[in-house]
Amino acid sequence: MMGYVAIVAARFRSLLQYRAAAIGGLFTQTFFGLVRIMILEAFYMATTVVAPMTLEQSIGYVWLGQATLLLLPWRTDEDVAEQVRSGTIAYELARPLDLYGLWFARSLAWRTAPVFLRMFPMFLIAMVIVPLVAPGWELAPPSAASFVAWVACFVGAVLLSASLSALMSVTLLWTTAGDGLPMLVATAATMFGGLVIPLPMYPDWITPVLYALPFAGMLDLPSRVFTGNITPLDAFYVVGHQLLWTGILVALGRWLLSRGVRRIVVQGG
Amino acid sequence: MQIVVEDLAKTFRVSERTQGMVGAIRGLVRRKHRTVTALGGISFSLNAGELVGYIGPNGAGKSTTIKILAGILVPDRGRVEIDGRVPWKQRIEHVRRIGVVFGQRTQLWWDLPVIESLEMLRHIYRVPSDQFRASRDELVEMLDLSSILDTPVRQLSLGQRMRADLAASLVHSPSILFLDEPTIGLDAVSKLAMRAFVKRLNRERGVTVILTTHDMDDIEALCDRVIVIGEGAILSDGTLAQLRNSVTRERWLTVDVADDSAASVGDEDATVIRCEGGRVCLSFDPEVVSPAELIRRITSRNAVRDLFVENPPIETLIARMYQRTR
Repeated sequence: MMGYVAIVAARFRSLLQYRAAAIGGLFTQTFFGLVRIMILEAFYMATTVVAPMTLEQSIGYVWLGQATLLLLPWRTDEDVAEQVRSGTIAYELARPLDLYGLWFARSLAWRTAPVFLRMFPMFLIAMVIVPLVAPGWELAPPSAASFVAWVACFVGAVLLSASLSALMSVTLLWTTAGDGLPMLVATAATMFGGLVIPLPMYPDWITPVLYALPFAGMLDLPSRVFTGNITPLDAFYVVGHQLLWTGILVALGRWLLSRGVRRIVVQGG
Repeated sequence: MQIVVEDLAKTFRVSERTQGMVGAIRGLVRRKHRTVTALGGISFSLNAGELVGYIGPNGAGKSTTIKILAGILVPDRGRVEIDGRVPWKQRIEHVRRIGVVFGQRTQLWWDLPVIESLEMLRHIYRVPSDQFRASRDELVEMLDLSSILDTPVRQLSLGQRMRADLAASLVHSPSILFLDEPTIGLDAVSKLAMRAFVKRLNRERGVTVILTTHDMDDIEALCDRVIVIGEGAILSDGTLAQLRNSVTRERWLTVDVADDSAASVGDEDATVIRCEGGRVCLSFDPEVVSPAELIRRITSRNAVRDLFVENPPIETLIARMYQRTR
């Protein structure tokens, strides 16, 4: 177990070296957050239809989306991709660790390090600075219970996201220069994860499908728990959804990896 | 026997396509595959504490063998047992007791200082901390690492990185060490340091070492036993002297004479293989003519300033051996 922990910690430390990227990202995400809130507000002003989320909830949803955006599986783990390309994967197999566990640990660090780096400053901006400058546009949980429920859902989202990332890493064993599948997953995650518009605002006939997909559990459902759109009690369903999908994705990843390892060809030298 | 390899075979499927645009388009629809035999059923065995050189031209199957023995690749057929374990079946227990260095790749974390990589490996191999401290201090001293311990790996020179990589492969005190081209790209000083270290490791700690290399000086300096592989089959297995005898009995006599008389140096029982300025190199078979007799004949006919007899360099032997298999 210590081995996996050490790897997560080391990945954290190396990713935290890239502070400039984090600061740049923070500015971009604050800017886009404000733009999206303005658009949302205009929509809410212009319609008489009762939306499935209140304006306050939608604003909170936007901020949480901006803060935890990198939890979505945008790209495969570059280190694993590089290992597969360069053949350093040979060293991974020469360690007394379960390869899936190792890649899951790497994915976990790869997904969470940049999120942690941006989430806290983003919360500071959205919860403390925004209310001073533009009251009504801030991020605020309706109750302590909602916040606690969100923390649980956030942990679930991290596990879910790591299991999908690990699965994407495993597929690299088949597609040497494979950016195709990850791009497909990234698009699906953006569309079906709630980053373009919150899932409840999709047409009614498609929302059950979207809620059932794993992407919902990464950003949409946890954000709605935070803003109170989903009650703290219903958050149990959200965590259940996340754990179920995590289980499925881990099982799939393990199975694929055990097949992939048998056909590994370490090229050159 | 610590390592037993029997009838080990491995093939790879390589996809091919015809050249040019047409070929590229055809490749989208129908892929052609060609099967390449990396290993065609090789067998050998090793005792604990041996230091064996494993040599062969590029693509001969050296790295494939090493990777199978290290539990990384799964062979098509054959039997491998190392300390009673099958590497690819009991991979985790097996790799706990071996160390590997692939000269062309690094096992250190690129962005982290060397010492942190070693610490990580300590956790991965679950080395108790007092044992780790002892072996770390010993490695730092033997490999002269003290000045680079806190440097991130990306800032190291190749020679420094190789030394750090060697240390990384030994954190858990393995009983078998696989070195795949550990001296590739190193300068003369680093090569010497590397050889001295490997030798010491083998002598003092009794670590079994399997070493692949293209540098024949590595072999001459280190290995009591040499296994030569070519096109997936073992061409020779034995001591360096046996390898020499199996290829050729030939020896070389080099004489220095005045520049203008170099052309006249020669003998009916020897052939001139090189003539540069006043230096002439003759090859002869000691069974046909003894070295003493040849030297007597040549010195009686020419004003020789200096001379020496040597074995043909091992590169030459190996090159001949490879040619013979073609």
